[in-house]
Amino acid sequence: MRRLLFATLLVSAAAIGYEILLMRVLSIVQWHHFAYMIISLALLGYGASGTFIAVLRSRLESRFETAFATSALLFSMAMLACFVAAQRVPFNALEIVWDSGQFLNLTVVYLVFFVPFFFAACCIGLAFTCRGGDASRIYFFDLFGAGLGAVLAIALLFIASPQTALVLLVLLPLAASGLVASMLASRLPLAGVQFTWLALLAFGIPQAHLDLRISEYKGLSQALQVIDSRILDQSSSPLGYITVVDSPTVPVRHAPGLSFNTRHIPPEQLAVFTDADGMSAITRYDGDPGSVAHLGDLTAALPFGLLEEPAVLILGAGTGSDVLMSLYHGASRVDAVELNPQMTELVAQRHADFAGRIYDDPRVTVHTDEARGFVSRNDDAYDLIQIGLLDSFGASGAGVQALNESYIYTVEALRAYLDDLGDGGLLAITRWIKMPPRDSVKLLATAIDALRQSGVSEPGQNIAMIRSWNTSTLLVKNGAFTSAEIERIREFARSRSFDTAYFPGMRAAEANRFNRLAEPYLHDAAVALLSDSSGNFLERYKFDVEPATDDRPYFFHFFRWQTLPEVMALRTAGGAGLIEWGYLVLVATLVQAAVLGLVLILLPLSLVRRTWPAGTGRNFGFYFLLLGLAFLFVEMAFIQKFTLFLSNPLYSVAVVLSGFLVFAGLGSAASERLARSLPWRGVSPVSVAVAAIAVLALVYVFILPAVFGRFIGLADPAKIAVSLALIAPLAFFMGMPFPLGLTRLSGLAAGFVPWAWGINGFASVVSAVLATLLAIEFGFNVVIVLALALYALAAWDEAVSRSR
Amino acid sequence: MRTLLLCVLVLAAPALADDADFEALRADLVDEVRIYAGYAGDDPFSDAVLGVIGRVERHKFVPMQQARYAYENRPLPIGHGQTISQPYIVALMTDLLEPEDTHVVLEVGTGSGYQAAVLAELVDHVYSIEIIEALATSAGKRLQSLGYDNVTTKLGDGYYGWEEHAPFDSIIVTAAASHVPPPLIEQLKPGGKMVIPVGGRFMTQLLLLLEKGDDGEIVTRQIGAVRFVPLTGEH
Repeated sequence: MRRLLFATLLVSAAAIGYEILLMRVLSIVQWHHFAYMIISLALLGYGASGTFIAVLRSRLESRFETAFATSALLFSMAMLACFVAAQRVPFNALEIVWDSGQFLNLTVVYLVFFVPFFFAACCIGLAFTCRGGDASRIYFFDLFGAGLGAVLAIALLFIASPQTALVLLVLLPLAASGLVASMLASRLPLAGVQFTWLALLAFGIPQAHLDLRISEYKGLSQALQVIDSRILDQSSSPLGYITVVDSPTVPVRHAPGLSFNTRHIPPEQLAVFTDADGMSAITRYDGDPGSVAHLGDLTAALPFGLLEEPAVLILGAGTGSDVLMSLYHGASRVDAVELNPQMTELVAQRHADFAGRIYDDPRVTVHTDEARGFVSRNDDAYDLIQIGLLDSFGASGAGVQALNESYIYTVEALRAYLDDLGDGGLLAITRWIKMPPRDSVKLLATAIDALRQSGVSEPGQNIAMIRSWNTSTLLVKNGAFTSAEIERIREFARSRSFDTAYFPGMRAAEANRFNRLAEPYLHDAAVALLSDSSGNFLERYKFDVEPATDDRPYFFHFFRWQTLPEVMALRTAGGAGLIEWGYLVLVATLVQAAVLGLVLILLPLSLVRRTWPAGTGRNFGFYFLLLGLAFLFVEMAFIQKFTLFLSNPLYSVAVVLSGFLVFAGLGSAASERLARSLPWRGVSPVSVAVAAIAVLALVYVFILPAVFGRFIGLADPAKIAVSLALIAPLAFFMGMPFPLGLTRLSGLAAGFVPWAWGINGFASVVSAVLATLLAIEFGFNVVIVLALALYALAAWDEAVSRSR
Repeated sequence: MRTLLLCVLVLAAPALADDADFEALRADLVDEVRIYAGYAGDDPFSDAVLGVIGRVERHKFVPMQQARYAYENRPLPIGHGQTISQPYIVALMTDLLEPEDTHVVLEVGTGSGYQAAVLAELVDHVYSIEIIEALATSAGKRLQSLGYDNVTTKLGDGYYGWEEHAPFDSIIVTAAASHVPPPLIEQLKPGGKMVIPVGGRFMTQLLLLLEKGDDGEIVTRQIGAVRFVPLTGEH
């Protein structure tokens, strides 16, 4: 039995580890939003395996060890084979508008990744079904393994490339297969395959098969096509896959929104790609300010036109461009905050000579930290807080960031920045301009809201915005702009052929002079947003430009359903760029999850012979559907919420996922005891658990922002401990309704149990994606409240079915 | 008819030897582009530009497996992570430059050579620079074999333009960059025009039209590929 338990632990660890690894890899080879697809996939595999086992139960039971060992071996092989195969599917997300065949390709990717999770889930499902007497111990090892897998995957990604991490993870189910096979009397054929697979892993997999096949339309792939370009450096961690590219023949020259009037050509640069996209650049600096004089001719240089020797805080120092700009303009002090130490190392060490050792300048201090955390702990007052362009225009333009949570550009964030400014200090935020404007309008709306919430009665006095043809720079002042400052803004813009979009007292005729748009969109937007009819403007705008908040931190989400028919009609006439594709891919994922869930989980179940009493489906089916939806709603909302606290989506997934698994498992184990020990007659233990969930979740909705604010400055391990402490009680009670229902069902209609698993699995598949869509539209708190309503409905349904 | 032809092409593209079939598809494409012109603004495309779209054999500028889609009004992959623009966008960019038969044009980003070929039919000479070696070689050969003697291509950095042939009446930059290279602005004649498509691959929706006044002052206009007003109702 012990061998089986360890085998279960290994399979479970590998499954979660693989899930996290795939999320990382898909962010590199495709884009971030495929991460959501993976969570849904894993659950689909689990749901379908339950059905598979239910259908073939009698045949599998008699050959349990062989079936387990074979499934584990197939899982091990599929992990690698599907990793290789999926990358060979010619899926091009950008071509979806032109080529409907891309939807087929997306489905193929989905199905390929379904396979390994199916085999993993077969192992776990077989253990539960065939060794039911030890269910509680199996459950513990399953959940403990899952938690361990999450931690292991993150650790591996810190020390090894994704490919090496994959090969190491593949060994876990192989070992599990070996362990269980050793329980067999006749194990020769299986052992032969296991040994061959091990030998192949050790010596036979050509590296080329494992190479990441990055979409040829991502920035890195494009840069490497240029004559004589070459990779200088590559490093990988859970925070990003960083690649430095040198292009000596056609040098990189990254200077967003450089003035047409400039006489200064940017010097040679090294291109730096994060996750094969989002290009930024390390600029060659020889110590001669004249060599980087172009830095005075960017829109982002505007604040330096108003400040003398400012103390500067840079949030998101990246490759050091803003640090160099601050030094060029004579900053007295520069605090540069960068989350990713790999990025800092590039400028501080690996290419320090190229970058002119700017991080060694006595005025510069680099902090490896998360922006919000740094700001909330900071007591200094700065003259300037600068947030530069950290994403590439390509990513921004294609709408692929739509699903990225960004806690940098929320109302709460801007308020925190304003708190760290001295009197008269400036917050400067530069963004790419999309046409028709989206980012810049949302930024204006967010800044105006932040000022209003900070008690500024006339926010229009504190903001100014200029734009080039492709960038805009917003200034938010801690105080009202003076007429002398306004004159300097005017002059800065005019001399560089930048347009002023807004400053206090600006006349409409002053907008739209050099870079003419069909309408002076940004000026009109600023005036409308500052007026009493701002709500009306936000409602009538064809893109979602409502201010981003910590509850709905999708700054890059602009999609509106009302606009879809119009832009779809225009798509082949050059309107494709108006469509926010990231969001639509998520909707497509939801549809796929629902269809595949029906086909792979529920349809096969109809093959199971009906042995249960009439009315069972009505009494229990709804209950398990609601639980599946509700559990994942809460889990997904927490993953998103903890992204702010843990500073990284991957950490959040790992911690929240494993936290929920372990503590829900403990709750599940304790559910029977709760049922027995309830002091109240006639009160269902499900109702008690649901009441506890409701109280805890509602308390969290109110206290989490304060708790996060209090502890965000702690070191990562401490923050993880705080996260787990918060998750534990909620997950504990959330683990109860399912086994309580299952126990009751087993007594009344055991034959319906596979249906209960199946319906619950189907709901989970759909819920994972649906939760994200709802969060984007309505915010996380609404998702949590919806989950509570679903739980309450399930408790009511259970109570009604008891009374029947 | 067009659908039928497409079906035939799909099934028997490699065997197709008769350029007459493609000619019919091209005529249909011109009709489509003519209708689309109304999406961008009130002005129709000039007959000269539409005539060229109807003449240049786009199927010879795309990889063989894409030839059957060559006369659909859509961008197509040409390998190396690059695309050939949607014919409508090519027509719009060309029309915005208001080409004349005495003009000397610089193109930065040769790609498959299709845009250069379209321009070559309308202007005196096209100089085109490409940064991807494989594309530069194939496009150069292709243009030569198709008889475009007034197109000169080279492999190299387009950032500095092509000094020895400057100044240019117009410049077309087919790959969006973080900024407009100052040397290109310098090499544009007073009164000249520069067009740059903005947006990701497969998704051009905006063109930056840069005009250099006789006094050297630069003014840009952002031309939407479609008319799209971001506000509903009165504004």
